[in-house]
Amino acid sequence: MKILSIDHISLSFGGLNVLSDVSFDVNQGEIFAIIGPNGAGKTSILNIISGFYRPEKGKVFFNGNDLTHMPADKRAALGMGRTFQNIALYHGMSVLDNIKLGAHYHLKTGLMSALWYWGAAHREEMELRKKIEEDIIDFLEIESIRNHPVSALAYGLQKRVELARALAMRPKVLLMDEPVAGMNAEETEDMARFILDIKEEYDTTIVLIEHDMKMIMDISDRVLVLNFGQALTHGTPKEVQKHPDVIEAYLGKKKAKTNRTAII
Amino acid sequence: MDIFLQLVASGFLVGGIYALIALGFVLIYKATNIINFATGEFMMIGAYIFYSLVVYLKLSPFIGFPLVIIFAAILGFLVERLILRHMLGQPNISIIMVTIGLSSILLGLAEIIWGSSFRSFPPLFPRKPIILGEIVLRSNLFYGFLMAMVVVAVFLLLFKYAKVGVAMRATANDQMAAFSMGINVKTMFTISWAFGAIAASLGGIIIGNIGGVQPTLGHIGLKIFPIVILGGLDSIIGAVIGGFIVGIVENLAGGYLDPYFHGGVKDLAPFVVLIFILLIKPHGLFGTKEIERL
Amino acid sequence: MHIGDFKETYASDQAVFINATSRFWLGILFALLILFPFVAGDYLLFMANLAGITIIGAVGLNILTGFAGLISLGHAAFIGVGGYTAAILSTRFDLPFLLCLPLSGLMAAFFGIIVGGPSLRLKGLYLCIATLAAQLILEFIFVHWESMTGGIRGMNISPPDIFGYVLDNDFKFYFVTLIMVILCVTFARNLFRTRVGRAFIAIRDRDISAELMGINLLRYKTYAFALSSFLAGISGCLWVNFLKTITPEHFPLLESVRYLAMIIVGGMGSILGSILGAIFMTIVPEVISTILGFLVNIFPTAMSFLFPLQQVIFGLLIVIFLVFEPHGLAEIWRRIKNYFHLWPFEH
Repeated sequence: MKILSIDHISLSFGGLNVLSDVSFDVNQGEIFAIIGPNGAGKTSILNIISGFYRPEKGKVFFNGNDLTHMPADKRAALGMGRTFQNIALYHGMSVLDNIKLGAHYHLKTGLMSALWYWGAAHREEMELRKKIEEDIIDFLEIESIRNHPVSALAYGLQKRVELARALAMRPKVLLMDEPVAGMNAEETEDMARFILDIKEEYDTTIVLIEHDMKMIMDISDRVLVLNFGQALTHGTPKEVQKHPDVIEAYLGKKKAKTNRTAII
Repeated sequence: MDIFLQLVASGFLVGGIYALIALGFVLIYKATNIINFATGEFMMIGAYIFYSLVVYLKLSPFIGFPLVIIFAAILGFLVERLILRHMLGQPNISIIMVTIGLSSILLGLAEIIWGSSFRSFPPLFPRKPIILGEIVLRSNLFYGFLMAMVVVAVFLLLFKYAKVGVAMRATANDQMAAFSMGINVKTMFTISWAFGAIAASLGGIIIGNIGGVQPTLGHIGLKIFPIVILGGLDSIIGAVIGGFIVGIVENLAGGYLDPYFHGGVKDLAPFVVLIFILLIKPHGLFGTKEIERL
Repeated sequence: MHIGDFKETYASDQAVFINATSRFWLGILFALLILFPFVAGDYLLFMANLAGITIIGAVGLNILTGFAGLISLGHAAFIGVGGYTAAILSTRFDLPFLLCLPLSGLMAAFFGIIVGGPSLRLKGLYLCIATLAAQLILEFIFVHWESMTGGIRGMNISPPDIFGYVLDNDFKFYFVTLIMVILCVTFARNLFRTRVGRAFIAIRDRDISAELMGINLLRYKTYAFALSSFLAGISGCLWVNFLKTITPEHFPLLESVRYLAMIIVGGMGSILGSILGAIFMTIVPEVISTILGFLVNIFPTAMSFLFPLQQVIFGLLIVIFLVFEPHGLAEIWRRIKNYFHLWPFEH
């Protein structure tokens, strides 16, 4: 069953075509990877799905609803979680507050009850704390840093906090932009394990961008290959690996193949 | 009708002088991306220094001008080295507030040194008004305008052809690229602060010569903001055009509306226009909306 | 000496005053604040009132600028709107003080939304300039709408009363100020324990990612403007009822800059910082004028330097704190507290 459909999307910045006529579907409960060389338009696709960029042509469907003109914050409310390529945590807040922020849309406290705090707002905050502690902090093994300011954390941990924040959104679809970029082998393995667990335990569909081919091939159900803003192909990791266009995009034409080192 | 023409003509001349002051802002913004709230105070300090040289030390204005230029360059240099160099990489809002603090310091210092009373300049230009048909232009305004235009032209040529100008433009365009081409970006920052201070001080002398000088002269510097919002923050030509527009708008508003409000409209008008512009185009008339990335 | 905290509920972990020690000191502070007017002289009472009124204004500006990251150069004008509203309502419409207080806040909040609302699409510099324009336009209105505001001469009001009890001296007014400060500070502190306050900080730190996390930027920026100017309005209303006079000269651009200086010196994004900054900036001019008072014997004209010297020092404070201690007095206070926390066994 399709949860997300990208329908003939085109996007350009000042005459430069970033995406041209890209279409694909993401099925409920799968891990869907988008790969491609730098500048292929991967992040732009995520930005269009989460509503930060508006496509010039084409539509985005989520659970059958047309999202194309919906503002980003409303999409988050529908269940679209996101992590970022360059970590976008809030540096003025602790780890705990960053995670709590992810739950923003699931909370009801309005301005007045926030000012008063005692009563409803307090109760809601306590429930939230409990939920976050039990479901997220425990799951991602970040108990020890929950009260640290995020800016003081190591890179790998910041990525994990970002994931925690995205989980607090209780997403139906989780968009992850290079979740393991810059991580060492051990951190990458941890993250891969978390992603698989999220898929299983939270029943979340995951769309991820990654350069780490080993991880992509290991965990993803289907892969989309982008090159210069165009969808080259998509299919299971095995199919994609064998596809001649993909080999060409990554390794160059056959003639030149021997002279070039693999990007992968 | 002749009142209208009269207002437009003198507004145009004032606008040319505003353009020079706005240039003092743009030169700094272009290279460093710093919003300098102290431009008006640079202007006021320049006017006072000139006044002191010419009145207290009895120097000829021809010696006064180059001395003010040197002094302004040193002021710009010191401000950049002592304060803004430490703010590299800080959030925008902090940098804006540092320059607000700087303007407060300069304003207070000027009042301590020169007092709060109003002082008028000795005559620099021939006193005879310029008469064009029915339009009468005050000589100070007219010659001041000419001077401002000469300075603006010098800066434009400098930017376009001189090596330092090209390097500044390169820095403004892409700091990393300029750096890798062997341009010392930090030196460029210092130089643009010096240039900015020079442009503002010369503007200050011209304004001071027209209306006298007192510490609050720097408030004229606030008019830079409507000008650069009109003209685009980083465009020299935009600053010149914006300067003319603001000069004419405020003169017309002052001429026609001030009698009904007992004054004050003239100084307010550019800001009312500014609000309307921002309502319609949140990034200014010629400002570019940057593509944001995630 | 305090050894450690053992918390058994999430509520106790998230309490503002976490342990018995801090609650003890808070109690002492309250006791001192209540005893203060009985021992303080006229001068100290006057200053305490002034500081309290300033604290409310500073908390307002800190919510907008320090927490939500929206810089405002028009805060003094919003305080002015509150002050004029209070003066006009009490003299022309004979409304009681207790009604004027919230109405002044609401009026200022209304103006805040008018100014802030359309400019919410603006960021950084553009917003800063829009608030500058608002400051100048409001100043113009204060001066030129003579039939309402009394023009340059301003207005005088009679002492306020609460259910017939006339607050005709600084001693009586002190308790009103104190209660209002406690209310405003508590409410502001509460705000940042909930999703609303977190949204403000998120907008300041990374507005785009905040939006993608489901925060409606327009709504929360409007909240920030409304709250900030509401507090400004309350501060203005207390101000005019305390001094019983109001003129446009009280709310110039420079006063807006002074408020910015307050939250920078105190600590941006910190409620405690707003309090410390407001107290600090209320005391500094007094210290300067005291020193100049001594100098009068040597330089008879020393007093004429009071105003410009204040400006230099405000400016210097802004620059020095931003360069050397960007988190302000609140951070210095935190370090001192930590030092004594395990004192004398700090290692």
